Amino acid sequence: MSTINLTLHVWRQSGPNDPGGFKDYQAKGISTHASFLEMLDVVNEELAARGEEPIAFDHDCREGICGMCGMVVNGRPHGPQVETTTCQLHMRQFKDGDEVWIEPWRARSFPVIKDLVVDRSAFDRIIAAGGYISARTGSPRDANEIPIPKEASDLAFEAAACIGCGACVAACPNASAALFTAAKLAHLSLLPQGEPEQQDRVRKMVSQMDAEGFGHCTNHFECMAACPKGISVDYIAKMNRDFLKAMITARTDLPKREKQ
Amino acid sequence: MQKALTLADSTVGKKALLAVSGLVLFGFVLGHMVGNLQVFLGPEVFNGYAATLKGNLPLLWGTRIVLSVSVVTHIVMAVQLMGRSSKARPVGYRKKDNAVTSYAAITMKLSGPLLFFYIAFHIAHFTAPGLALGNYEHSTTDVYANFVSAFTIPWVTALYVIAQLLLGLHLYHGAWSLFQTLGLSHPRYDGKKRLVAQVFALLIMAGNVAMPIAVLVGVIPPAG
Amino acid sequence: MELRSNEPTGPIEARWDKHRFDMKLVNPANRRKYQVIVVGTGLAGGAAAAALGEQGYHVKAFCYQDSPRRAHSIAAQGGINAAKNYQNDGDSVFRLFYDTVKGGDFRARESNVYRLAQVSVNIIDQCVAQGVPFAREYSGLLANRSFGGAQVSRTFYARGQTGQQLLLGAYQALERQIDAGTVKMFPRTEMLDLIVVDGVARGIVTRDMVTGKVQAHVADVVLLATGGYGNVFFLSTNAKGCNVTASWRAHRRGAFFANPCYTQIHPTCIPVSGAFQSKLTLMSESLRNDGRVWVPKRQEDCGKDPAQIPESERDYYLERIYPSFGNLVPRDIASRRAKNMCDQGMGVGPVVDGARRGVYLDFRDAIQRLGHKAVSERYGNLFDMYERITGESPYTHPMRIYPASHYTMGGLWVDYNLMSTIPGLFVGGEANFSDHGANRLGASALMQGLADGYFVLPYTVGNYLAQVKPGAVAEDHPEVKRVVAEVEERVSRLLSIGGTRSPDSFHRELGQLIWDKCGMSRTAEGLTEALQKIPELREQFWSDLRVTGGGEELNQTLEKAGRVADFFELAELLCRDALTREESCGGHFREEFATEEGEAKRDDEHFQHVAAWQWSGDPSKPNLHQEALSFEYVKPSARSYK
Ligand SMILES: Cc1cc2nc3c(=O)[nH]c(=O)nc-3n(C[C@H](O)[C@H](O)[C@H](O)COP(=O)(O)OP(=O)(O)OC[C@H]3O[C@@H](n4cnc5c(N)ncnc54)[C@H](O)[C@@H]3O)c2cc1C
Ligand code: HEM
Ligand code: FES
Repeated sequence: MSTINLTLHVWRQSGPNDPGGFKDYQAKGISTHASFLEMLDVVNEELAARGEEPIAFDHDCREGICGMCGMVVNGRPHGPQVETTTCQLHMRQFKDGDEVWIEPWRARSFPVIKDLVVDRSAFDRIIAAGGYISARTGSPRDANEIPIPKEASDLAFEAAACIGCGACVAACPNASAALFTAAKLAHLSLLPQGEPEQQDRVRKMVSQMDAEGFGHCTNHFECMAACPKGISVDYIAKMNRDFLKAMITARTDLPKREKQ
Repeated sequence: MQKALTLADSTVGKKALLAVSGLVLFGFVLGHMVGNLQVFLGPEVFNGYAATLKGNLPLLWGTRIVLSVSVVTHIVMAVQLMGRSSKARPVGYRKKDNAVTSYAAITMKLSGPLLFFYIAFHIAHFTAPGLALGNYEHSTTDVYANFVSAFTIPWVTALYVIAQLLLGLHLYHGAWSLFQTLGLSHPRYDGKKRLVAQVFALLIMAGNVAMPIAVLVGVIPPAG
Repeated sequence: MELRSNEPTGPIEARWDKHRFDMKLVNPANRRKYQVIVVGTGLAGGAAAAALGEQGYHVKAFCYQDSPRRAHSIAAQGGINAAKNYQNDGDSVFRLFYDTVKGGDFRARESNVYRLAQVSVNIIDQCVAQGVPFAREYSGLLANRSFGGAQVSRTFYARGQTGQQLLLGAYQALERQIDAGTVKMFPRTEMLDLIVVDGVARGIVTRDMVTGKVQAHVADVVLLATGGYGNVFFLSTNAKGCNVTASWRAHRRGAFFANPCYTQIHPTCIPVSGAFQSKLTLMSESLRNDGRVWVPKRQEDCGKDPAQIPESERDYYLERIYPSFGNLVPRDIASRRAKNMCDQGMGVGPVVDGARRGVYLDFRDAIQRLGHKAVSERYGNLFDMYERITGESPYTHPMRIYPASHYTMGGLWVDYNLMSTIPGLFVGGEANFSDHGANRLGASALMQGLADGYFVLPYTVGNYLAQVKPGAVAEDHPEVKRVVAEVEERVSRLLSIGGTRSPDSFHRELGQLIWDKCGMSRTAEGLTEALQKIPELREQFWSDLRVTGGGEELNQTLEKAGRVADFFELAELLCRDALTREESCGGHFREEFATEEGEAKRDDEHFQHVAAWQWSGDPSKPNLHQEALSFEYVKPSARSYK
């Protein structure tokens, strides 16, 4: 088994009010089979052994699906490998002697809680604003009563594959949440069940996205490049189209949403 | 009572207004360039063209009003959006490595405002009473002479060329980006659309650069 | 105490309907007067919180992740069963019921299982209505596949991300209620104790994981849906945060813990690659449909490049031992056989800790037969995931797999209403001892989680609430204060031990011990040894633990320490239950109780019961209670897959 040594520059910030800064650590004898987070585990064990506080970072499933992990590694959200979450990034992507810069997602709407841990509750509020189909429990019709063309269903699935990790916001030069919001809108509006609420949904979610303080989309497509699920920016165009259509044709006004 | 959501309240709406006004300006610069290229056909044709434009008052003022509204909308929306965006990330990255974006896209917030200064200068320069630069003397009828006398001054030519490069850059991103912004996208045509838009942007740039340089190097001679 | 299942009587098909009619209802106008607590927002908790909020109750929901969307239900890949019979292949509610009882090796309660099969049908309707993008055929109708060796195609799926899509459906329904104001969500909030006043569950004590604030939440009813305890093994396919704390604290307050020894080991996981290993990744069971499992025939070949090993030198041991089921034998059997092969020194892959622990799962023949493209369409995602983790491509190298802890059938004991032995404490999803008996069939956990959450708890909780007065206990009740003080005391104790070892290092050591002695196969000797070692190690933990940082901030080491402390106590119960159950059944395999061919031997005469353990105050001396099981509709028979 081959091992490598790395120099890490890690963002340390003890709490929301601490200005924070980079600290350097040596990661020694790291197996190339280890994952990036396992490498940090090793570093943390050493820190703990010295009585220092370990580096705080979010993670849970460690298999690329829960969306909990995420850090900017050498300038790329989730690191250098495409369509790969930080937890799925493995150390064979690095060379012996590499320097690695590790920073949290940076956005006003994702304030740092500690070290690499940020608060992404803004995403939940965007979903709460309208990212659902209102189907009262227990009263639906038989599932096969509405056939849905396979193509539409597949496209909806691809949009629904979003894991809500926030890499799109982290990558965007404007810290925009357009890809996240658009993916959920597309998932729901591509399905016939989502049709009735469509006009309200798009207006509410866009309004909430804005209320949370994210920037706007300027079509750099950095979000798509950073997305561990490769979600397409076509959904952003669709969101724009649907929003404009709703703003022009909807019969009733909706209140502007505010940050809760 | 909470305020109802309006188009200009949302980033998507603001961006759409930016795109529509950008599209108008894009259309205008295209027409402007095609019209001006007649300068290569000599003073009669060019001055005739200018006279026709000026003679058609509804067209002239219609265009001026639409353009003014567009410019104001474009600038107001751009400034508002850029303001939001700069607040959206108060602490930046120590190291950021962009993966796919273009130079043109990143410099939009620079090329835009610079174009504003250029437009102001350009209007002041060529509209009565004109700017007394070098031996430039503004004539309200001999537009050809205005044109030639302006660009025989190397630094003026240089300034215009730089401005056109900026415009090309602005449109290299803007011309296709506006389709995405307005939701006019379809996976089957997206690739081609981007290419066509960029070719247009570069054509505009090339045409606009060709004219002042042609004057400077003597391909477009003073009216004899 | 006598364990009463409170099952309705009469013909099994009519029991749930009859029961629903017999249950009391809460007047819609009164519902908002009731405070409901739901701990856990996975499929079970998320669905229950959304449904109860929708009914008009005041709900507080808790999870330890930063968002309810991240519960570990999200990681389920394969699919969800439902007796829809859309494929017209002879499926029915009764068949799903039958398969589940049999698959669980006759250790589940028939009435519960039947209800599960019945409501499975509604789950699919509900999920589709919510917009879950299940796989479809070109006709636009829902697609199904056969899963885990089932003889009918009853599994609904969304590529390899079924759990994710189902959870997002429940999460979105939950967010809708949050926006409507019926549910208040507390993410990054960990339940650290249960408040029981006069024998009735009245609330929970939580720690805000960001500020460290310890706080009581009182309620008229508490629902736990906090998932399984598979992480007791340290290495498992569970998420890093999965824990037994909520269940264990409830257990210490009086809820019985049932059948802890029923743990499921999944045969197709990526093997351990080194000492740094932090979790194991599941490779979907569907791979066994086309992949062939083998090891070299000769030990000398084990370190060789598999491509160099000729066909005649390969031992396709599952196909050899089980000619009719071959590579599709149930999970427990496939797992145990892989372990046997490696124990005999025939394992492959790198040497970790002195042994090669892995077997090949080979797609060479499938690629030859179906073509590269077809294989990539079926398994492309999984192959990519495998390659990201191991650096080897399954298109050119056989995959290496090894079993790993995956699911826990045991959990808090509940009656037919899913209420625990503490009145007012309900338990749903993987956290209860549930409907799977001694072994769970593939694609049935998602079904159970959603059945509990959408279709059982919203009724049975209402029935309970209809019989209690709202707001009986206030936040300044002395018992509430006492529990808060106890939790605070425990937190500061963990912080102040001042030893040398991290919680992870203890967890690893405990996990290894449990895996060795109480993993895929167990012996009285090994279990006795474990039962002696666990208390020793636990004592070391409480004297040599080191938790850096403070209590009033985000402190991940402190969180881990609290969880590991509870795993220590659970681990002991797990081994004790395994030692007490002197038979082999489902996921519980005792080497002493096996047929001559090495297959599990059940002892229905003595062990056809649920073992429900009561906390006695001493983790080494729990009290055992039994709930006898009877089988009226599916007659117990020996499982055979030869
Ligand atoms: C890798 C993998 C693949 C699987 N594939 C399948 C499959 O294909 N088909 C199938 O049917 N089943 C599958 N399963 C099993 C199935 O996914 C789970 O059993 C099921 O999703 C559990 O759901 P749950 O709601 O009970 O718990 P979980 O989804 O685990 O949710 C637990 C919740 O409790 C919260 N929680 C836990 N402890 C605390 C605490 N102390 N305080 C506050 N909150 C707490 C968590 O935050 C979380 O919200 C799979 C499991 C794994 C691990
Ligand atoms: C001839 C002049 C101009 C033309 C033809 C033009 C054209 C365009 C077009 C087509 C777009 C694309 C809109 C979209 O992405 O949806 C755009 C964007 C933009 N323009 Fe202009 N524009 C001009 C002048 C200006 C000026 C004077 C400013 C100064 C404030 C400006 C600032 C911007 C900005 C900030 C953007 C957004 C950039 C982005 O989305 O990345 N533009 N412009
Ligand atoms: S930890 Fe779940 S996606 Fe990385």
